[in-house]
Amino acid sequence: MSSREVVLGSIRRSLGVSGREAPRRQAVADRLAHHPRGLVPERGQRPPAERLEVFRQMVEAAAGTVAKLPRAEDVPAAVAAFLRAHNLPMAVRRGDDPRLAGLPWERAGALEVTTGASDGHQLVAVSHAFGGVAETGTLILLSGRDNPTTLNFLPDTHIVVVEARDVAGDYETVLARLREKFGAGEMPRTVNMITGPSRSADIEQMLILGAHGPRRLHVLVVGEA
Amino acid sequence: MSEIVTSPAFKENARAALADVDLQQALKSVEVNFIAKRRASADKLPEFEALRDAARDIKDHTLAHLDLYLEAYEQRLTAAGGQIHYAVSAEEARAIILGICRKVDAKTVTKGKSMVGEEIAINAHLESHGITPVETDLGEYLIQIRGELPSHIIAPAVHLTKAQIEADFRRVHTHLPADRNLEEHTTLLAEARAVLRERFLAADVGITGANFLVAETGSSIIVTNEGNGDLSQTLPKIHIVLATIEKLVPTLEDASQILRVLARSATGQEMSVYTTISTGPRRPDDPDGPGEYHVVILDNGRSSMLGGDFQDMLRCIRCGACMNHCPVYHAVGGHAYGWVYPGPMGAVLTPSLIGVDKAGHLPNASTFCGRCEAVCPVRIPLPRMMRRWREREFERHLQPATMRYGLAVWAFLAKRPRLYALATSAAAFGLGWLGRAKGRFRSLPLAGGWTRHRDFPAPEQRTFQAQWRGRKRR
Repeated sequence: MSSREVVLGSIRRSLGVSGREAPRRQAVADRLAHHPRGLVPERGQRPPAERLEVFRQMVEAAAGTVAKLPRAEDVPAAVAAFLRAHNLPMAVRRGDDPRLAGLPWERAGALEVTTGASDGHQLVAVSHAFGGVAETGTLILLSGRDNPTTLNFLPDTHIVVVEARDVAGDYETVLARLREKFGAGEMPRTVNMITGPSRSADIEQMLILGAHGPRRLHVLVVGEA
Repeated sequence: MSEIVTSPAFKENARAALADVDLQQALKSVEVNFIAKRRASADKLPEFEALRDAARDIKDHTLAHLDLYLEAYEQRLTAAGGQIHYAVSAEEARAIILGICRKVDAKTVTKGKSMVGEEIAINAHLESHGITPVETDLGEYLIQIRGELPSHIIAPAVHLTKAQIEADFRRVHTHLPADRNLEEHTTLLAEARAVLRERFLAADVGITGANFLVAETGSSIIVTNEGNGDLSQTLPKIHIVLATIEKLVPTLEDASQILRVLARSATGQEMSVYTTISTGPRRPDDPDGPGEYHVVILDNGRSSMLGGDFQDMLRCIRCGACMNHCPVYHAVGGHAYGWVYPGPMGAVLTPSLIGVDKAGHLPNASTFCGRCEAVCPVRIPLPRMMRRWREREFERHLQPATMRYGLAVWAFLAKRPRLYALATSAAAFGLGWLGRAKGRFRSLPLAGGWTRHRDFPAPEQRTFQAQWRGRKRR
């Protein structure tokens, strides 16, 4: 008997079931097909402008920073301004996301923009988020050429662009968009839900930012909700 | 299973822990920090208590249909290009992991924090076969370089002081200048970050645990604050997920419900920094991510807990709230429990996994104050289950003879109320008369455990029951 059969057999023996019971199978099939939303906290359920304000507050509570930009064309200048304000070298790494590729980076002066995944030698990355969640100030990023996962973790500073209309009240709304984009049951290799910069409290429970991932997380919210 | 089980010596361990000055200093912050932070974040979310109910119900539903959700999970995982390996025992899981590492001739393996990794003692196994495992969660790294087990399930090195950590870094990081400054928490963290960054980039295989396995999508989800799990799974060629069967949840929505109580119960955060959903290996077009994705799904005795007295323990989401609120844990720390899982959840789980004959002291190391159950995000009735273990221990004659006879005598009287009232009245009167001069006893036969530490007060009145009857009559 394979280990698979041993484990499944032992589970069924303990539960006193055969695995062929129609009502049990139906209950499981229904739940997987309908993925019912559970209890969604009221905190993020606000009209768009207020929802963005909750998002900003929650990102800041998680030690991130937020800037609101009226238009996407403002992103390069905002990136350059952030780098100058933090005395960082004028160089960023980004993926192939067309929403980033189409920006007027030349307007940001001496900013050097390279593309591709990170090998650990880049200090600053710029990514475009799939969405945001106001409830906890969480960003949702998808793996792939557009926004390589290594950019979320290896550089010291992570600047994330998110469109205001993609900032939802709750996780469930973003999950629904994921299903729409990839199909039911399908996922990209990695979905990163990011809430603030990396941190550790493993030394005497003192919270310090910048454990393995970025020390700084700066969010650029673009446009109107 | 880890060979280093010292649970049978809990009493000696506890005594040593109480006398350990460094440990006592480190433990002070557990009681203050964790409790206050959880309280504050729970208070900030009006739906928190209702979400605890929801989390409990999701887990109960999943456990009742675990065979079917496992099959659905396996099907989705395979469709996404992942490989699943079932392991009945710790030994089998170790062999599977070693086999995967050997196939790619792995030299080093980076590890995200995994309690199941500790449970099966995977590090020692890899090491004995010439593969270097590197723990990358800072707390796990600290205990790895000290050769210790974790003392807490989410803060493995909570028992250490900064001075001890500095000494360990100077001992182990000998390639760095001896006169470097390591006085600050930040400099220690920066050094660990730099040392581990090199290890991340050089690793051949990354092993992580899983907080959830999602049947709907065949995904594994891990939650960290540092990013250790993410670098461990993104940089190497191969990602191995080590998870146990009870990590299953039906859908992403179900995972979201439980995530809302997980971080708040654990560290008091609204959400952990990194919640990562991983599904299969990198896609053909992806510029990064692992080329292979393996999930080792371990039973190790859990399936036989289903349908029995301890099924509720399988709801546990490993937040650590029970130990953070436990007066016994506050006093002795995690190592005294003698194996991987400390505190109230360990007191219930450890006897299931390694046997009540070895771990019988653990469910006895409780005052039954009930704080663990009061804060458990999935409402596991921990005190009730500890009591159940005590009953099992009694049934199996595992306690010392004096205790068994003492309990038998007490039970004989307790079942006969008149006799009980008579015996206790006589005892109260007799003790009161004997101690009438001083009002207390310095020593008493059969009560040495009490009088060694404090005087025993002489009864001044009738028994409680007698007084109660008297008042009711009035």
